[in-house]
Amino acid sequence: MTESRKIDPSFLRGATMRRMSRRDLFRYAGVGAGALSLSSILAACGTGGETTPPVTGADAPGSTEWWAARNAEGPGPNVNFTNWPQYIDRSNKTIPTLDAFTDATELEVTYRTDISDNALFYAQIRPALEAGQETGHDIIVITSGKELYEMLDLGYLLPLDPDLHPNFDANADPSVVNTSYDPGNAHTLAWQSGFTGIAYNTNYIDRPITSMEDLKDPAFAGKIGMMGNDDAATLALLAVGATPETSTPEEWQQAADWLNEQKDSGVVRKYFVQDYLTAFENEDVWITLAWSGDILIDRLYFGRTEFEFVIPDEGGVLWTDNMCIPQGATNPVGAMMLMDWYFQPDIAAALTEYNNYVSPVPAARDLVEAHAAAATGAEAELLNAVATSPFVFPTPEIGEKVHSYRVLSVDEEQQWNDLFVPIWQG
Amino acid sequence: MERPVRSDLAGVEPPEGRRGGGVGKRLAPYGLLAPAGVWQALFFIVPMFAMFTLSLSTGSSRTGYNFDWAFANYPEVIDRYGQFFLRSFRNASIVTVLGLALAYPAAYWIAFHGGRRKSTFLLLLLLPFFVSFVIRTLSWSFILSDEGFVLGTLKDIGVLPDAFQILNTTPAVIGGITYNLLPFTTLPLFVALDRIDKRLVEAASDLYASRREAFRKVVFPLSLPGVFAGGLLTFIPAMGDYVNADVLGGPGTHMIGNQIQQEFLLQRNYERASALAFILMLMMVVGAIVYARVLGTEDITT
Repeated sequence: MTESRKIDPSFLRGATMRRMSRRDLFRYAGVGAGALSLSSILAACGTGGETTPPVTGADAPGSTEWWAARNAEGPGPNVNFTNWPQYIDRSNKTIPTLDAFTDATELEVTYRTDISDNALFYAQIRPALEAGQETGHDIIVITSGKELYEMLDLGYLLPLDPDLHPNFDANADPSVVNTSYDPGNAHTLAWQSGFTGIAYNTNYIDRPITSMEDLKDPAFAGKIGMMGNDDAATLALLAVGATPETSTPEEWQQAADWLNEQKDSGVVRKYFVQDYLTAFENEDVWITLAWSGDILIDRLYFGRTEFEFVIPDEGGVLWTDNMCIPQGATNPVGAMMLMDWYFQPDIAAALTEYNNYVSPVPAARDLVEAHAAAATGAEAELLNAVATSPFVFPTPEIGEKVHSYRVLSVDEEQQWNDLFVPIWQG
Repeated sequence: MERPVRSDLAGVEPPEGRRGGGVGKRLAPYGLLAPAGVWQALFFIVPMFAMFTLSLSTGSSRTGYNFDWAFANYPEVIDRYGQFFLRSFRNASIVTVLGLALAYPAAYWIAFHGGRRKSTFLLLLLLPFFVSFVIRTLSWSFILSDEGFVLGTLKDIGVLPDAFQILNTTPAVIGGITYNLLPFTTLPLFVALDRIDKRLVEAASDLYASRREAFRKVVFPLSLPGVFAGGLLTFIPAMGDYVNADVLGGPGTHMIGNQIQQEFLLQRNYERASALAFILMLMMVVGAIVYARVLGTEDITT
């Protein structure tokens, strides 16, 4: 039998039936292509850079005259406050510090937690800012990193009225006054600060973690979490002995090499952003780059005493999240009232007691201690732990170990991204 | 006002003044096409054009873009990110085959043995997909967690070694995409199988075909249009997916969709993102046309 390999005719008949014809297939292809073009709609917005020259003179938003006119109008009835998740005090689904604000000022606050990543959030509001439209936010909270610097650079943030923050003037910590990135607090007031360091789970890791090199330990292979953002790049710079703020492109290369070596050894489970915390809580990750307050909340409020947070010997990052008003905000006066509200010591204390980040109001410490003394049992223990935590009220030793992010120019940013971003991609 | 376009067929004289309405008759199809045409122009052609011009521009989001026929953007992104195209292609191919293998038996059983409860079974199959895509994907990250109730239990009874992990690996990403696209794989298959005249199977057995032969020579060939449609409907979204790689992936699972998302939303290199998106789209359209040519026409019957 010499049957050549012919195609079974019944197979072909089925394959070529008209029931679901070529036209259908084209149609499906069209549907698929149509879905893809969503991304092209994104492309259609926000491509012009600085196309609208900023208004100058007395009409310029944020000028003295402009603020005088706004103050004469008074605040709007509602403030849209957009923040990061788990970053404000909560009590039975209410937010006591905001309720107190509403009671005191009769202004309503719409509080949203839309920000889980600086870059992502900035990319969302940027087209509106560029087009000179309102973003829907009166207050946003942005970390002292490259997105904030770019927004300041491009004039996307409303200059603040210096007369509308008396509490800030009276109570703010010197470290958040007149910052390097925003001289004279012309555009930003601190919300909270925090540290980026290493968190580890003592149920799985029984030796003390002290160094960035511990993040390369093959014993923890597959259980090591890294962040895929500037925190990782900055800590890698520290790991290779550079000073992040003044680092050179050669040092960036060394830091990138350090990170690549870690990646190539196969120990990293994933490059996380905000989602590192879930993986750490699920114990998929035993040791990870982490933000101080997240781990402290787990320790103090959720009984995860096996979690430890350390600043590695090489150093850590101290960042500040800043409240700012995007251009085009509809209620700037109300926004300023709310921003300044959080610089009252009792309000600042209530906030820090809950979110366990560093308060920009040093006077809050005495109040937390007083609350601890007045409380009993578990609550007293908890408040004492907050009051004595070096990551909530930093000690001078910790202050010496921490650094800020590198400020990057346009060209440098491209170079920086091309070095570091491919590490967490791919 | 009613307008009897085909009134001549009904044997009714067009009313006076409509007699010279040949123009209207000729224009009617365009009028009827206009809404869809405008829709297509607004939401497909215009954005496509914007994306294409952007992909040939230079500059940065911070300083603005200049359109200057920068074709160099294309080789640059292919050089940089070609590997992600290949990875997406590989993943999407595996997803398509896996999806068809999983969906075929289910669709077959419902179509041939579902009886009066066919629609109930179909609904049961689709029910999980009433939950949001992202939530379903996130749930998998809990289910597949190293110490979660599945892997944790298997490790406790010694079936799996302690170091075993699925989450944040390539199999997790492929599994996630397969799962999420299962309805797109199943439904065309079901439609094709359900339309098969069941008497053909009886006829086959009358002609002494075994059940296996009847399936191989009758049912399967007749279901091929469904296989092709289901495959295409699975492959295209799988190729562009980025949520699964983001949630269930780890180092080395980044797909082209992730790259486009990152370029657009994180790094804001709009020109690179546009070039990538355009290449991806072109690949899909060309691929779909070739696919349809090869598998979906009568021209190749010899």
